[in-house]
Amino acid sequence: MQLSYTPEQQAFRAEVRAWLEAHVPAHPLEHYDATRAGFEAHRAWEATLKSGDWGMVTWPKEYGGRGLDLIQWLIFEEEYYRAGAPGRVNQNGIFLLGPTLMEFGSDDQKARFLPPMASGEEIWAQAWSEPQAGSDLAGVRATARRDGDEYVLNGHKIWSSRAAFADWAFGLFREPGSERHKGMSLIFFPLDAPGVTRNPIRKINGHVGFAEIFLDDVRVPAFNRLGDEGEGWHICMATAGFERGLMLRSPARYQVAAAALADLWQARKDRADPALEADVVRAFMNAEAYALNIYQTASRLIAGAKIGPEASTNKIFWSEMDIHLNQTALAILGPEAELLPEPGGHDWLDDFIFSLAGPIYAGSNEIQRNIIAERMLGLPR
Amino acid sequence: MDFTLSDEQVMFAQTAATLFGDTCTPDHWHRMMEQDTAFDAGRWAQIVENGFTLLLLPESAGGLGLTELDFALIAQAAGYVALPEPLVESAGIAAPMLAALAPDHALSADPAAIIAIAPACNPVVAHADVADAILMEQDGHAFLVLPDQVTLMPAATIDPLRRLFRVTWDPARAEDLGPADWTLALDRAAVFAAAQALGLAQRAVDLAVAYAKDRQQFGKPIGSYQAVKHHLASAQVAIEFARPVVIAAAAQIGQRDIFAQARISHARLVATEAADKAARASIQVHGAMGYSWEVDVHLFLKRALALSGSWGTSAFHRARVGTRLFTRPTGPDQTFAREA
Repeated sequence: MQLSYTPEQQAFRAEVRAWLEAHVPAHPLEHYDATRAGFEAHRAWEATLKSGDWGMVTWPKEYGGRGLDLIQWLIFEEEYYRAGAPGRVNQNGIFLLGPTLMEFGSDDQKARFLPPMASGEEIWAQAWSEPQAGSDLAGVRATARRDGDEYVLNGHKIWSSRAAFADWAFGLFREPGSERHKGMSLIFFPLDAPGVTRNPIRKINGHVGFAEIFLDDVRVPAFNRLGDEGEGWHICMATAGFERGLMLRSPARYQVAAAALADLWQARKDRADPALEADVVRAFMNAEAYALNIYQTASRLIAGAKIGPEASTNKIFWSEMDIHLNQTALAILGPEAELLPEPGGHDWLDDFIFSLAGPIYAGSNEIQRNIIAERMLGLPR
Repeated sequence: MDFTLSDEQVMFAQTAATLFGDTCTPDHWHRMMEQDTAFDAGRWAQIVENGFTLLLLPESAGGLGLTELDFALIAQAAGYVALPEPLVESAGIAAPMLAALAPDHALSADPAAIIAIAPACNPVVAHADVADAILMEQDGHAFLVLPDQVTLMPAATIDPLRRLFRVTWDPARAEDLGPADWTLALDRAAVFAAAQALGLAQRAVDLAVAYAKDRQQFGKPIGSYQAVKHHLASAQVAIEFARPVVIAAAAQIGQRDIFAQARISHARLVATEAADKAARASIQVHGAMGYSWEVDVHLFLKRALALSGSWGTSAFHRARVGTRLFTRPTGPDQTFAREA
C-alpha cells in the first residue's frame, strides 16, 4: 500500500499536462454526435493526440501506444479531463474493442486494426443490439453465412453509438440456424460497405448520436472475425467486462464534474436551498469513492488479477452517481435550471440528459444487478 | 502508487477472521444473550493470545508497531461477527492514546488490560463495566480513572451485545495525563467504525444470500427472483464503493491533515450507510423471519446504528468533508493530495 505517486509518475503527469496545455483547442469543439463537422473535428483532434503518441497510452508501442501501465493511464485521464480536452470520439474502439483485440486478435489483425484505431483514422461503432435483442443479447438474429473466405452479413442492428458517422462497426452475428449463446461470432464490417444502410436516430437531446444499421448481403473477409467461429458470445462478455469495469468511464470525468458542482454551489448558495450542500458533498464523495475503487482495481490488475463480475458494480455506481450529481446542479440552479446555457457556460442540462442514458447502455443496470446477484453473490438464475 | 494489501496484511486479517469465525458463531451470540452478558472472557483471552491487542502499540511499549490499516482489517473481521468484546475501543483507540501519554504505565504492559475511552462527544461509555481503566476527556486533557474512582450507571441499549454506561467521576481523584490528541482518537475511532461497518454489511448480505438460496416460494428459491436479487446487489454495490475509501482512509490517517480527515469521515459515513442498507435489505429478504429475534440479522442492524452515532455525528463528519471540499484544491489530480 503506497498511496502516493513515484517521482516518475509525477514527471509523467507534468509531461502530460504540458503537452495538453500546448495542444488542447482553446474553444470547445462542436459535439461529435451533433454534426458531421463536429465528428470530423474530433477525428482531427485524435490525429493531434496521435502526433504526440497520446492516442492510447496503455497499448504497446508497435500498435500506436506507449506501453504504459494502468496507473499511468489513470494519470493521463486525470490530466486529460482536468485540461477540458475534447471527448474521445473513438471510445468504442480504443476502450472497448481495442483491449479485446489485444486479448483475442491474431498478430495480423492487431497490426491491421489497432494503429488506425489509435490514430482516429478509423473510428468505430458497436453493433450488438437489435430490435428484439437488447438486454437479452443472446437473442441476436443477424446472421453471418460463411462463403469461402468471406462472410455474408444480414440483419438489423440498432442503438449503435457513433454509427451515424463512424467508419467501422464490430457486430455480433450468428451462424444461420444456431440458437442463443452458441454459433455467434464477432465480426468487423465497414459502415460504407455495399449493402449497409444506416439511419441516424435522434436522442432526447436532439443529437443524432446513435443509428440503426441494416445489413443486406454485406460481404466481408473472414479475416474480420475476432476469435474463433462461434466464440462471439465469450468475446463479447470480455469486451463488456472492460466496458463496465474500467475504461469506459474515467473517474476523472466525475471528479471534474464534482469540482464544477462545488464551484456552482459556492457561487449560488445564497440563493439555493441550504439542504443541497449535503448533496454537493455527497457528489464529491461519490466521485472520490469511484476514483479510489478504480485505483484499487488498477493496482490489482497490475499485480496480475483479472476483471471479474465485480465490474458490474462500477457501472451501476458511476451511472447513478452521474444522475445524482447533475440533478443536484439543476436543483441549485432552481428556476434557471430549464434555461439552455449561455455560450461557453457549463451545460448542466445536457449533462443531466446524457446521464439518464448511463443506467441503460452498456447493459442496463437491471441486468448488472442480476450479474452481481448471480455471479458475485451466487444466487440462482 | 500501489493500492494493494501486502500478503502479510491479508494473512493477519485471515487469522483474525478464522479466530472470530470459530469463537463467535450464532450459537455463541445466542448463549451470551441468554446469559445476558456482552463479554466472553475465553474469547478475549484468545484475542490477546493472538496479539491483536498489541497491534497498534509501538514496539518500544511492547507492541507490534503495526499500522491503522492492519488494525482496520482486523476490525472488519470483528464487524463480520458483530464481536461483542471491546477490541476496537480498547486496543484500537484507548491503549494507543495511553501509550502515547504514559508509555511506562503499568496498564500498557498488560496486553489483556481493557481500557475504555470517553470522548466528550459520546454521552455514554462503551464497555466501562469490564474496563480496567477509563480514559476521560475534559478540557482537552485525558484523565485516567480506575474502576473504584467512578460510578457506573447502566444505559440500556438496543444492541444486546454491547454495554453502555453513564460515568460519574471526579477529576480531582483521577490521574491527569495532560493534553491528549483527541482528534487522532476520533480519527482512529471513525476509521475502525467504518471497517467494522464493512464487516457488518457483508455479513448481512451473506446471511440473506444463504437464506434466499434456501427459502422456496412459488416453487423456486426466492433468490432466483429479480426483486430479491436487486436488493442484495444494491447493498453489495454500496459495500464495494465504501471498502476502498475505508482502506485508503486507514492508510492515510498518519498524514494528520484536512485531506486525511475528510477521507476518514467519508469512510465513516459511507461504510455505516452501507451497513444500514445491507442490514435493512437482509431483514427484507428474510421476510417475517428477518423481523424475528431468532434470526440474527437484527444484530447487524443494531450494531450499525450504534456505530453511526458515536464518535461524531454524521453531520460532523459531513462537515469535515465539506471543509476539505470547499477550502482545498479539488479535481482529479487531488485524489491523494496532502498538506505541503
